[in-house]
Amino acid sequence: MMHDGSLAANLDQIFILLRDWVVGFLPAVLRPAADAVLGVIAIICVFPAFFAVVVVLERKGVGRIQNRYGPNRVGPYGLFQPIADAIKALIKEDIVPNRADAVVHFMAPLVLLITVFMSFAVLPVGRNMALVDMDSGLLFFIAMGAATELSVFMAGWSSRNKYSLLGAIRAVAQMISYEVILLLSTVTVVMITGSLSLTRIVEAQNHFTWILPHWFIFTPWGVAAFVMFIIAGMAETNRSPFDVPEGESEIVAGYHTEYSGFKFAIFYIAEYLSMISISALGATLFLGGWSAPLSFLNWVPSWIWFFAKVLIAMFVFIWVRGTVPRIRQDQLMNFAWKFLLPIALIDLVVTALWHFMGEGWMRWMVTAVILVACWALMGRLEMRNRHIGPRKYRYAE
Amino acid sequence: MTGFATPLANYLLLAALLFAIGLAGALTRRNAIMVLIGIELMLNAANLNLIAFWRYGPHPEALTGMMFAIFSIAVAAAEAAVGLGLVIAIYRHTNTTDLDKMNRMKG
Amino acid sequence: MNPVFYILAVLTLAGGLAAILLRSLVHSVLAVTAAFAGLALVFLQLDAQFAGFAQILIYIGAVAILIVFAVLLTRSSELPKSGVFSNTWIVGLVIAAGVFAVLGWAVLESMSAVPQQAAVPAVTVHDIGNALMGRYVLPLEIVALLLTAATIGAVIVAMHEKEGPK
Repeated sequence: MMHDGSLAANLDQIFILLRDWVVGFLPAVLRPAADAVLGVIAIICVFPAFFAVVVVLERKGVGRIQNRYGPNRVGPYGLFQPIADAIKALIKEDIVPNRADAVVHFMAPLVLLITVFMSFAVLPVGRNMALVDMDSGLLFFIAMGAATELSVFMAGWSSRNKYSLLGAIRAVAQMISYEVILLLSTVTVVMITGSLSLTRIVEAQNHFTWILPHWFIFTPWGVAAFVMFIIAGMAETNRSPFDVPEGESEIVAGYHTEYSGFKFAIFYIAEYLSMISISALGATLFLGGWSAPLSFLNWVPSWIWFFAKVLIAMFVFIWVRGTVPRIRQDQLMNFAWKFLLPIALIDLVVTALWHFMGEGWMRWMVTAVILVACWALMGRLEMRNRHIGPRKYRYAE
Repeated sequence: MTGFATPLANYLLLAALLFAIGLAGALTRRNAIMVLIGIELMLNAANLNLIAFWRYGPHPEALTGMMFAIFSIAVAAAEAAVGLGLVIAIYRHTNTTDLDKMNRMKG
Repeated sequence: MNPVFYILAVLTLAGGLAAILLRSLVHSVLAVTAAFAGLALVFLQLDAQFAGFAQILIYIGAVAILIVFAVLLTRSSELPKSGVFSNTWIVGLVIAAGVFAVLGWAVLESMSAVPQQAAVPAVTVHDIGNALMGRYVLPLEIVALLLTAATIGAVIVAMHEKEGPK
């Protein structure tokens, strides 16, 4: 436990102390509103700045994976690339097609951005640092994720373009399928913690045995749930390898074909922000949120651990994007409904077994064996009619 | 949000108005899907009634009203799915969703 | 008087009215989604947090998308040539007005018999979970069966019929 007044505790709570100091200048009647407004301003400033960092990481990272440098002209090693991107997006002409539905075309990126920003409100960024500590915080987050699907459809339909509509329908079908997997993988954490509140879930992971933490990813059911969560998160945000809806080589740009200039920038920001928010939720649920990885590292401020974990999750997203080829729409739906859903349901049963078997090595063995057997079995079932032999390579002579 | 309390009658009147709007939509439009939208509005108005009475009733900790509303939301979703499946099947059969044209049992 | 309630009431009613009056079906669906969102906010104002978020998740996240897909599959997104209101629309309007009159009269008459203010109930998600697994476990299981039956039924009804042997 940290003692009040020590340097580590003050650094940990520095944003809370700052906010209290600023709000202290106002009369008592305005203080709750000022609290909320300052928190909102902090979210609106911090997460887009994080988005700029992620953009650099992505362009350079994917470039390096593809054996090229990535952008390296703007600033040292190309680090100021987001500024160039922002200027480009702002000065491009905003073209709305003649036959497009102007009102819906205008509202679609706004609705997307609003719902994505709302989902940041329940994330515990540090100790005592969630903007709103709701009793059903996880349900609120998932509800905001569900509301983004309608804006994708609005964007695709209002453009009156067959590629846009096709991209929108594919995107919505993919998002509703993987939403089920996302929900089921988070239910395992809720079962063990007994609460839907994200701050309680992080506090339940903040205990240490010897020096190792009680993160849920260090349990067999947690690993399975985390892997399914990451896969479903990639599919929810239409991120490669699940990016058939915006497949650049297939249907031009899918549902944001007819958007240019600032509206396209809003779609771009919303996609990356939703990726960041799903990574943050994964870090909160499975990687321990703001808690330190080893018990003697408690002196590092909690918000640094949170952002470090989100960066690691984003790195996994970028790495998978650069490495795995795009999955076809029917393979994608097959994968969700016939492979991931049964494993998610069995994971629920395994989590319940874990809870009721009590402490000891027995439950680790039983749960691990059941999960590995189930995964191998489902894999065999999926592959039973496909004859895939060893890979043959052909090189240019 | 309990700064200024709203009387129960306001919520009930809002629910009644929404129900009447949904009923008007279900009875006056031609398209079968619009009728389903009207039905969803009516179900939502009934849910609002249930939650309002739960909140202002004598025993809110018994959770009866909230449970009723949650089950009603689930059943409404199931009914929308079946209803829309029927509309799609009828469209495939008669190539129209216009209810004024479907005024005979023949076909 | 709480101004928040009036703003939300106006939003919900405007969404509902727009839903039944607009000519284009996709615009109607978007308007009814706005009505669902307004209602979810009213639920939040009534301290029913779980019901409010469930309303957003189920109605906006699933039912609205279902209706939109049905609109696209039945090609109803083009404006119809023969008008959107049925021939007997006046009867429908009179019936709806009559129903509202009766309901409104009942509410206003009984205002003195029903408590108009109440304290905030202290309900947590934990209590809802206990209730669902305790007192309401039978309705929960029945609703699960109902949803399964409805899903299978909807799929079978809307499936393409296979061509039989000719």
